[in-house]
Amino acid sequence: MSVQTPVYFDYAATCPVDQRVVDKMLPFFTKAFGNSASRTHAFGWEAEEAVENAREEIAKTIGGDPKEVTWTSGATESNNLAIKGVAEYLAEKGNHIITVNTEHKAVLDTCKFLERRGVDVTYLEVDKGGLITPQQVADAITDKTVLVSVMHGNNETGVVMPLAEIGKVCREHKVLFHTDATQTFGKIPIDVEAMNIDLMSISAHKIYGPKGVGALYVRRRKPRVRLAAQIHGGGHERGNRSGTLAVQNIAGFGEAARIAREDMAEDMKRIGELRDYMKSELTGSIEHVILNGHPEHMLPGHLNLSFAYIEGESLLMALKDVALSSGSACTSASLEPSYVLRAMGLNDELAHSSLRMTIGRMTTKDEIDFVVGLLRTHVARLREMSPLWEMVQEGIDLDSIQWAHH
Amino acid sequence: MAYSEKVIEHYDNPRNVGSLNKGDDDVGTGIVGAPACGDVMKLQIKVEDGVIKDAKFKTYGCGSAIASSSLVTEWVKGMSIEEAGSIKNSQIAEELALPPVKIHCSVLAEDAIKAAIKDYQEKNGQADGQAQ
Repeated sequence: MSVQTPVYFDYAATCPVDQRVVDKMLPFFTKAFGNSASRTHAFGWEAEEAVENAREEIAKTIGGDPKEVTWTSGATESNNLAIKGVAEYLAEKGNHIITVNTEHKAVLDTCKFLERRGVDVTYLEVDKGGLITPQQVADAITDKTVLVSVMHGNNETGVVMPLAEIGKVCREHKVLFHTDATQTFGKIPIDVEAMNIDLMSISAHKIYGPKGVGALYVRRRKPRVRLAAQIHGGGHERGNRSGTLAVQNIAGFGEAARIAREDMAEDMKRIGELRDYMKSELTGSIEHVILNGHPEHMLPGHLNLSFAYIEGESLLMALKDVALSSGSACTSASLEPSYVLRAMGLNDELAHSSLRMTIGRMTTKDEIDFVVGLLRTHVARLREMSPLWEMVQEGIDLDSIQWAHH
Repeated sequence: MAYSEKVIEHYDNPRNVGSLNKGDDDVGTGIVGAPACGDVMKLQIKVEDGVIKDAKFKTYGCGSAIASSSLVTEWVKGMSIEEAGSIKNSQIAEELALPPVKIHCSVLAEDAIKAAIKDYQEKNGQADGQAQ
């Protein structure tokens, strides 16, 4: 087995850029360096052509029109623009937004910001599998609701929401529907028509494109969605988002989307099989492993597991040749364990014990075998060192103990 | 997060992992922390004529928590109960070069040794002989 370390198991965080994408980008740094807004010369026209070709690739991948694609700096900006832009534009019509408690911070913190400015926000609660139901959305809609924002695939767990059903509810109630599709765009099929999506945030670097570029899909017809711009200036992007376009990044994003679209079926199958193999290897050989996610509605590349009675960061330390992340408090500045896992009803202890492993296009079976081997060894070693494991072996119910919280 | 070399060394080669018989009169057991907080330390001492002859630990927690408890078991062996009871978390933090967010791990280790001493003293009818 030949494995080059460190091994990368954090594809949900970011990806290496595909060489074909790099090749597409390079001319725009030096030769074709024009400003796509320059209408008076060939340098500008060439840049504009690249930008428009990329726009078409994005549109094709989601079943939308190129005119419905607004370039941004990334999905965080797209989320901010969608939510703040709608809230501001429709402020006269209503001041209520519905979202979910497992959303990315780019959505949750934007909603918190709006709450301080008088907007009412309903945070729907997910079930144990990380899902909300369309009925929950329907029940939360009032005559003041202007926007529903539900992420497509969860970044921590890979749970995929029933977008089409939620979109249908929103359309029936004539409420705009935004989705943060950062984790799913280019990985699983998305159709803005079939799913009744009005706004959608996407990013390049999760699909082997460059960091620093993303897009917001903004529906133009039935209904026409209008936004209040959040960045003002030269009126680029139909006034939705001013600022000189990052032409080389956009060209790369378009190429990454093209490749993702063409390889999607094959990638989904291969990556999904590898993930399933990893899951069965781990859960089959290590006891007290809990799957944090949904048994069916999952992205192909995500595997989030809690190894009970071991703290996640200590496990990460043992896996120093593997790049992955943990829901443990100790890996974040906040000292709180993952709010996503807690929202799914996981107790703090198991949230502290979680590892997120995300694989992608370059992952090999050898790499999986390598990580599985390390986990088997170190989970056993750390459990030998764990007082909780010892108590459980002695038949003590950990919940019966009066712990001294500090 | 970057760990100090000493933390990594203790994590890779923890000293005195294991358990002593908590039913024995000459063994004091301290369990501190909580699973929900992400760290639980069990520290045990075996005492003979007021001197700690052996020490064992088990820790559920991050690398710094494991290193703090490993270090403390190493230190207390051969110490009198009074000496062991006067170990300060700042000494542990300094020895392991713990960053500010990990200071609580050293606090927990100090609490664990104090709890083990208290347990030993209570078992041996020295309930009011306080640990320093």
